[in-house]
Amino acid sequence: MLKEEPDIIRLFSRKRSANRPHGSGLVMIDTRKLSFDYIRRDKDGEVEGVTRAVDDINLQIEEGDFIAILGHNGSGKSTLAKHFNAILFPTEGTVFVDGMDTCDQTHLWDIRETTGMVFQNPDNQIIGTVVEEDVGFGPENMGVPTKEIWERVEESLKAVGMYRYRKHAPHKLSGGQKQRVAIAGVVAMHPKCIVLDEPTAMLDPKGRREVIRAIRALNDVEKITVILITHYMEEVIYANKVFVMDAGKIVMQGTPREIFSEVDRLKSIRLSVPQATQLAYELKQAGLALPDGILDEEELVEALCRLL
Amino acid sequence: MLREITLGQYYPADSILHKLDPRVKITGAFLYIISMFMFENYAGYLLAALFLTIMIKLSRVPFSFMVRGLRAVVILILITVFFNLFLTPGEPLFQLWRFTITKEGLQSALKMVLRLTFLILGSSIMTLTTTPNALTDGMERLLRPMRIFRLPVHEIAMMMSIALSFIPILTEETDKIMKAQMARGADFESGNILKRVRSLVPLLVPLFISAFRRAGDLALAMEARCYRGGDGRTKMKPLSYKKRDRIAYAVIVLYLILVVVIRRV
Amino acid sequence: MSIIVNHLSYVYSQDTAYAVKALKDISFQVEDGEFIGLLGSTGSGKSTLIQHLNGLLTPTEGSVYYNGEDIFEKDYDRRLLRSRVGLVFQYPEHQLFEADVFSDVCFGPKNLGLSKSECELRAYEALKLVGIKDEEFYVSPFDLSGGEKRRTAIAGVLAMKPEVLILDEPTAGLDPKGREEILSLIRRIREDTGMTVILVSHSMSDVAENTERLLVMYQGQLVLDDTPRRVFSEADYMREIGLDIPQVTKVLWGLRKRGFPVRTDAITLAEAKAQIMRLF
Repeated sequence: MLKEEPDIIRLFSRKRSANRPHGSGLVMIDTRKLSFDYIRRDKDGEVEGVTRAVDDINLQIEEGDFIAILGHNGSGKSTLAKHFNAILFPTEGTVFVDGMDTCDQTHLWDIRETTGMVFQNPDNQIIGTVVEEDVGFGPENMGVPTKEIWERVEESLKAVGMYRYRKHAPHKLSGGQKQRVAIAGVVAMHPKCIVLDEPTAMLDPKGRREVIRAIRALNDVEKITVILITHYMEEVIYANKVFVMDAGKIVMQGTPREIFSEVDRLKSIRLSVPQATQLAYELKQAGLALPDGILDEEELVEALCRLL
Repeated sequence: MLREITLGQYYPADSILHKLDPRVKITGAFLYIISMFMFENYAGYLLAALFLTIMIKLSRVPFSFMVRGLRAVVILILITVFFNLFLTPGEPLFQLWRFTITKEGLQSALKMVLRLTFLILGSSIMTLTTTPNALTDGMERLLRPMRIFRLPVHEIAMMMSIALSFIPILTEETDKIMKAQMARGADFESGNILKRVRSLVPLLVPLFISAFRRAGDLALAMEARCYRGGDGRTKMKPLSYKKRDRIAYAVIVLYLILVVVIRRV
Repeated sequence: MSIIVNHLSYVYSQDTAYAVKALKDISFQVEDGEFIGLLGSTGSGKSTLIQHLNGLLTPTEGSVYYNGEDIFEKDYDRRLLRSRVGLVFQYPEHQLFEADVFSDVCFGPKNLGLSKSECELRAYEALKLVGIKDEEFYVSPFDLSGGEKRRTAIAGVLAMKPEVLILDEPTAGLDPKGREEILSLIRRIREDTGMTVILVSHSMSDVAENTERLLVMYQGQLVLDDTPRRVFSEADYMREIGLDIPQVTKVLWGLRKRGFPVRTDAITLAEAKAQIMRLF
């Protein structure tokens, strides 16, 4: 029962993103001085107050990147992500997706075809009552010819390891499987970039592993730009660049290792590091000459062995 | 208990009825329901029962599963029986307290039960063997001529399809909220009608909130997947009549002829 | 003697083609004041099991005793039982329905038929216990943050003053800060009231750091019932049934494999640190 999905496992070596070449140099997403205000209204519709959810963000994401955006609930990370496929529009500043300004209405559907989006709750984004029909929904909307829809559905279900469930009813699947179907639904639209807004927040550990594995496959094999929004630190170790958000601003950015080196700072913005990183940090405080930014238990064992 | 409502649900199986074009099944179910109101004698009901039995066999959906769908409408059937039984004037059979049961009343009650049962079983065969998507595709195609009257055919079909696919999720949710409130001492089963209705508030409020939240989420997800109405959409499973569909239409026509014949016997 | 589960079996949708054996012959006993972790992958039967403990589900076979009484006896008062064995469902904030936080927490006590002042007193105490501020008592529960909503919902169960508290994945979907708040809340409840607590969880480190005993379920069966230390020493078996062991324990296993003399039964961060420091 615990055998890995064979069609996914083939895609991976244990190599870390840090060792892989990333980013083609072509800018996929470019935000300039992006700010966004939520307007709160009282019962009569009068403006009660304004909350700045995203505050003066400048970031460039290159084609082929695997980006993680970290932050606690309310840090503005989901609001930021919704700008990447023109669900929200900046109050100030601009967002370019593949060179298109998201505020330019003529490009609205081009932008949504370029950047796909997967949301948190697996139950609330399934439209079809059969897995394959759900995956076909996006291509249908785009006007893809019937024969090609079938090809796309097949290849994207295979990419996430869900092909053999194509005739199943989605609501009978596990959370991780549903979320992989949702990812396939986006992949079938052949986007250049996929934004995943806390795709694992409602899943159990097994489901989370399945989904993260599928996401890594998209980046590694299909070369799709991935933007993963999460508050699970364990999931960002596969990214080649991590942005940490707090109170609407980007407060830290760097490789996972660079980010994980700053345990105190992460704690001060209410994020926690994986146990192995925490243990390494405490051992270091106790005087051991361990390197900074240990990512997982294997790295810690390695580092300890070198010391002994 | 709420899980047991099978009305409007799809039952996956590999049968000839599952493979039929949805338009055939919609037309068939529609004509079958109309035929219910054409009979004047019991031979007609016998024919309808025979036709239904064959369809149930062909559908490969377990009969027990279908019958569970009937349970949900038992109250409706009982009310109809009550009105027919006691309120039809005619030749008195026997007296029950203040009510007189008449021969006519008994007959019309029996007919109503048969009609309603056949009607529900007949339409559930259609929904059980057709995925909601196929169902709405079929509706959309059948209603397409109505577009000249500015009827938003695609939108109606899409709404139906979404409503149907949310039934299992919302029933599960109802079950869960009900249990959660029972864990806080709520009582949904005892007391008079007023008390029972009031006891539903802790169930209905969370259910509505959740339904609205889900609807909002879904709308967002659909938009993100480039949904922009029916124009310019292609179909993954376009409808096209096959040989079996033509045969099925022939069977329906044959049934209708028999109905008309028996009606005159 | 608090809860005895005796050869409990449960079949979903019995007598239909969909019949699923959700629980198979489960027996265990919970003593007063214990802090128990219940582990198992999704679909292992955890949620089904806990719904038997307060009589929401009726077993197909077997029985459950609470303080010596069979809770599925015909004239046993199961509504009263539900106030003694409090059950907090997954995502409990979805059950909030009243116009303000305070009335929502009053719902449980009110159902017990207590006087208005007693209900209010209990609601006040429960809200204080979960750390909701006074100024938030009369706002709509839907205007609270995610973590606050959840704590309000937990208060709704605590206001019934249960003797046993069962929480089904109380930290699911929360961010690290929200998770830590809930866990420290549970620790505080235990210290203040000495309540028996059963915590259903997916996080191995959470149960390792907090509980004294683990029940592990797999495919409807109770496969392990022991101290966290002994349960997590079965690293291979745990992996086989879709579970894990705490990351710090894995570090020790890694060192042991490389031939270093460390004990692999350390399950908390502090224990692991002590083990590793001994090597130097």
